[in-house]
Amino acid sequence: MLRIRNLEAGYGPLRVLKGVSLHISPGEVVAIIGANGAGKTTLLKTIAGILAPQAGSIALDGAEIAAVAAERIVARGCALVPEGRHVFGNMTIRENLILGGYACRRRGAKCPSIHEGLEAVYGLFPILRERCGQLAGTLSGGQQQMLAIGRALMSQPRLLMMDEPSLGVAPLVVRDLYAAVAALKQRGMTILLVEQNARAALAVADRGYVIETGQVVLEGQSWELADNPEVRRAYLGKEYSRVDEDNNHGSNRAV
Amino acid sequence: MDPTVLYSPAVESLSREELEQLQIERLQSTLNRVYRNVAFYRAAFDANRVNLETIREVRALADLPFTTKDDLHRSYPYDMFALPLRDIVRIHSSLAAGKPVVVGYTRNDLRNWTECTARLLVAAGITEHDVVQIALDYSLSSGGLGFHQGAEQIGASVIPAAQPASVEKQIAIMRDFKTTALIASPSHALGLAAALAEVHVHPEQLHLRLGIFGSERWSEQTRASLESQLHLVAMDTYGLADILGPGVAGECPQRCGLHVNEDHFIVEVIDPRTLQPLAAGQEGELVFTTITKEGFPLVRYRTGDIASVDFSPCACGRTTARLSRIARRCDDLIQFGGVGFFPGQIEQILTEIGRTSPHFQILLDRAGGVDTLEIKVEVSDLTPSLDEPRLLGALRTQIAERIKAALDVEAKVNFAEPKSLRAAAEKVVDKRPE
Repeated sequence: MLRIRNLEAGYGPLRVLKGVSLHISPGEVVAIIGANGAGKTTLLKTIAGILAPQAGSIALDGAEIAAVAAERIVARGCALVPEGRHVFGNMTIRENLILGGYACRRRGAKCPSIHEGLEAVYGLFPILRERCGQLAGTLSGGQQQMLAIGRALMSQPRLLMMDEPSLGVAPLVVRDLYAAVAALKQRGMTILLVEQNARAALAVADRGYVIETGQVVLEGQSWELADNPEVRRAYLGKEYSRVDEDNNHGSNRAV
Repeated sequence: MDPTVLYSPAVESLSREELEQLQIERLQSTLNRVYRNVAFYRAAFDANRVNLETIREVRALADLPFTTKDDLHRSYPYDMFALPLRDIVRIHSSLAAGKPVVVGYTRNDLRNWTECTARLLVAAGITEHDVVQIALDYSLSSGGLGFHQGAEQIGASVIPAAQPASVEKQIAIMRDFKTTALIASPSHALGLAAALAEVHVHPEQLHLRLGIFGSERWSEQTRASLESQLHLVAMDTYGLADILGPGVAGECPQRCGLHVNEDHFIVEVIDPRTLQPLAAGQEGELVFTTITKEGFPLVRYRTGDIASVDFSPCACGRTTARLSRIARRCDDLIQFGGVGFFPGQIEQILTEIGRTSPHFQILLDRAGGVDTLEIKVEVSDLTPSLDEPRLLGALRTQIAERIKAALDVEAKVNFAEPKSLRAAAEKVVDKRPE
């Protein structure tokens, strides 16, 4: 579905992604794991068209979308749930959701009614139905995250991209959020998930990539990554030792 | 045999485009990892001014330096491991040319290896109904255990009948345990076939239907004689202790080449003299890059084996590249009794002992299904004369023992007239039937 080759992107003279290649097949949940500043968010922003790539290709169903405008990428069925949620605090939950549906409206063809869309989101997150008239700004962090996911789903995406959905969310709510991700996976949704919470992401994902300083250093099935000694040390908490990313060259060698 | 059985159909029948995407992703992540973790590669890439970011497609591998057997020897034992020992769960070692190479495997490496051997055993026709007798070395070398894991994974009943067991014992196991599939080196299987008559067992009294052979170069003639003598279908496999062990490639029932596990290895063919890449179908030296290995990844490893590669899809349904059968070695490595050595090593031993001339001839033959090695050595002024048979005998023993100690092969040593071998056209005479 999505095929990325040698993607380079960054901010001005700063190159964050240095030749990243990855792919997502239809119906797959793929996790991108990495430390702060590794380039995960830059990757999602570049796919979503918020950031123009400096080099490389991004193909969605075979069509090149590198440097296509963000709204057109949404129109092609690629929705991003941004880090930090960015819900409209002064609008109600229902209004926030309906806003998300506009992208789908504009696309026209075979789009379920707004009502059907709302029902689907409420089915996934019953709490949103209960509070549908409430201002989004009054929701807890976890509920806002649910709303942000719901809003993205309203555009009826074929590819859902999520940036750190567990960030700043209470552990119990993280569980609920990931239950929703698993439910979406069950329905055949293709999901690209960016997470620092590697444990949660690998539990739901089929495959994953590990990014360090803008480069992919590992690719594999989720269970393979979860069993990789370096991933375990760096991202799964066990024997965690902070690795200075630019100074670890050669230091991991056999002893 | 059902030609459509694939162990991992999803990856074994990927389109070339999908496979290449997978390969470039894994190649890039492997290169990034070895650059960070393996001092050898960091130095090699830096010395060749390689910018890894320019490796944008699989073909760009040609811009990277090679890894050679000598590099592996120099790294002995652990210098080329990409992970610390606490992450390594298995260590194998192979002896080639008298020098050991140590290979470490992580848990994921073992799983991938098992998957690779399972795939080629299924391709060869092994099922969970088979009784598989593995007559390979189970010690330090990776042959026995490598096949063992894969055969168990398929669910076959596996007999670890390690090679040192006597031929009679192997035959008794084969007959009594109703072995249906034999995994062995072709030369050992020929030895078994030759011994059948001696112990009065007719192949029809056995239940063999499949033979899976590897670990040494063998020919279509050997295949024909194994099939007729043991009443089985003989399949070829290809593996290399340095990059994995068994499981790199294997034949499917079409028998039109050995399918490479291309989601784990990228294969190239180069001209061994110019070192330039050759096109598909051209015969040259096989070069492998591992793209999933964690413990001991290798980039552009020169195998010394000569073959060609065919990238067209196979009638069996697999789309993975196929190796032609290994034609020969590009160096003069002599494969004998499961180990390899170079003529130069014999020369070195003779020079060190210094009681003969350094001129010699190596004669390889096969008697009663067993390979024999004879070394003819030219005498010099320092050699005891024929009048002193005791001293001559002692020298003979000394040379044979030194060869045994250094190369782990049994050689028969004979002396030749002075200057008789100097002009010998061939330093190595291999009379072993192919």
